[in-house]
Amino acid sequence: MDHLILRVTAKLLFAPILLFALYVQFHGDYGPGGGFQAGVIFAVSFILHALIFGLDQTQKAMSQRILLVLMVVGIIFYAGTGFATMLLGGNLLGYDALAPNSTHHAGQHWGILLVEFGVGMTVFSTMLTIFYHYAGREPEIDPEDW
Amino acid sequence: MIDALLGLIDSAFLIELSNTMASAPSPEKISAETIAGPYKTELNPATLLDLALLTMLVFVAWQAMKSRHLFAVVMLSGIYSLISAAFFVSLDAVDVAFTEAAVGAGISTVLMLGGMLLTARREKPTPPGRAPVALVIVLAVGAALFYATIDMPAFGDPNSPANKASSVGALYVKQTPDEIAVPNIVTAVLASYRGFDTLGETLVIFTAGIAVILLLGVGSTRGGRGVKDIADAPYKEDHKHHKGEQ
Repeated sequence: MDHLILRVTAKLLFAPILLFALYVQFHGDYGPGGGFQAGVIFAVSFILHALIFGLDQTQKAMSQRILLVLMVVGIIFYAGTGFATMLLGGNLLGYDALAPNSTHHAGQHWGILLVEFGVGMTVFSTMLTIFYHYAGREPEIDPEDW
Repeated sequence: MIDALLGLIDSAFLIELSNTMASAPSPEKISAETIAGPYKTELNPATLLDLALLTMLVFVAWQAMKSRHLFAVVMLSGIYSLISAAFFVSLDAVDVAFTEAAVGAGISTVLMLGGMLLTARREKPTPPGRAPVALVIVLAVGAALFYATIDMPAFGDPNSPANKASSVGALYVKQTPDEIAVPNIVTAVLASYRGFDTLGETLVIFTAGIAVILLLGVGSTRGGRGVKDIADAPYKEDHKHHKGEQ
């Protein structure tokens, strides 16, 4: 596990991948993308980290406990937005109730943003959880095995 | 993987939607009267590109089927997803293409590699006795599918049920600027018109994560370390013991 070029490249790429994921997350209204894709891309940067530096190092940065919380919080974000619109007097996930006096459907923008954020959180944490549990079963990948 | 499956289910709808978007500007002008006879797709460079991509898909699938080396099969499945993503771009379904590239070519490949490490590196040869039966079944199903495609409308046919001005796809295209005011119609459909649907999809992904934790991660959420199956060790010893006896 001492590949200098791989380590330097992974360190260089880690932050830009996270940034791209955030762009995909919050630009979903205007271009292709959204919570599902952003969550996966966000998870990919951590998977890259785990492949290069080892699973233990990645789990120090992003532990399974945090992921479990994020999984649930994402769902709560989504469903919570739905219930909030109901409490404000609209239908379930009828986002116009968030800003009833807006002339340019600001409520829809807010609703879509919140809901997609919940999707992104759940998808990211679930994908990384599944990866952790698959990769964690073998202590280390023997280079001869590839 | 689940998202890929959902993506496949949704992709059919989204492709229809993007077709609708392509023919949406003048739904009144294009009607049954203006186009005499059945609609035919013209052979243009884009069609040739589609054909080339589809040929590559068939080739990759054939290679994956032939190979017994599981690492090669996993890599080929990743390539298959990447080519499908390119094909979706060619069909103007960029959101589906994005998902396919991220989930199919990215995460699925890594998870398949992780799964592969837990099993053998090479596929066991299948017993040849059942091959003719399988071949007959596959050929029959394939022939039925080919027969079904004859009834399908031509690609981009404005008179097909999915593209008619009264269809739900055309309705979304027409009403999104007034009702949602979001430039990306796919996002408007995904998060607003069909928001309840997407809540269900998110719950499916959540359930998949919980299931993996329950099945594979006994107690590992606390310690963060991989857990060896307790039942494995005595079984292996037992196995060796039996072998020794024989």
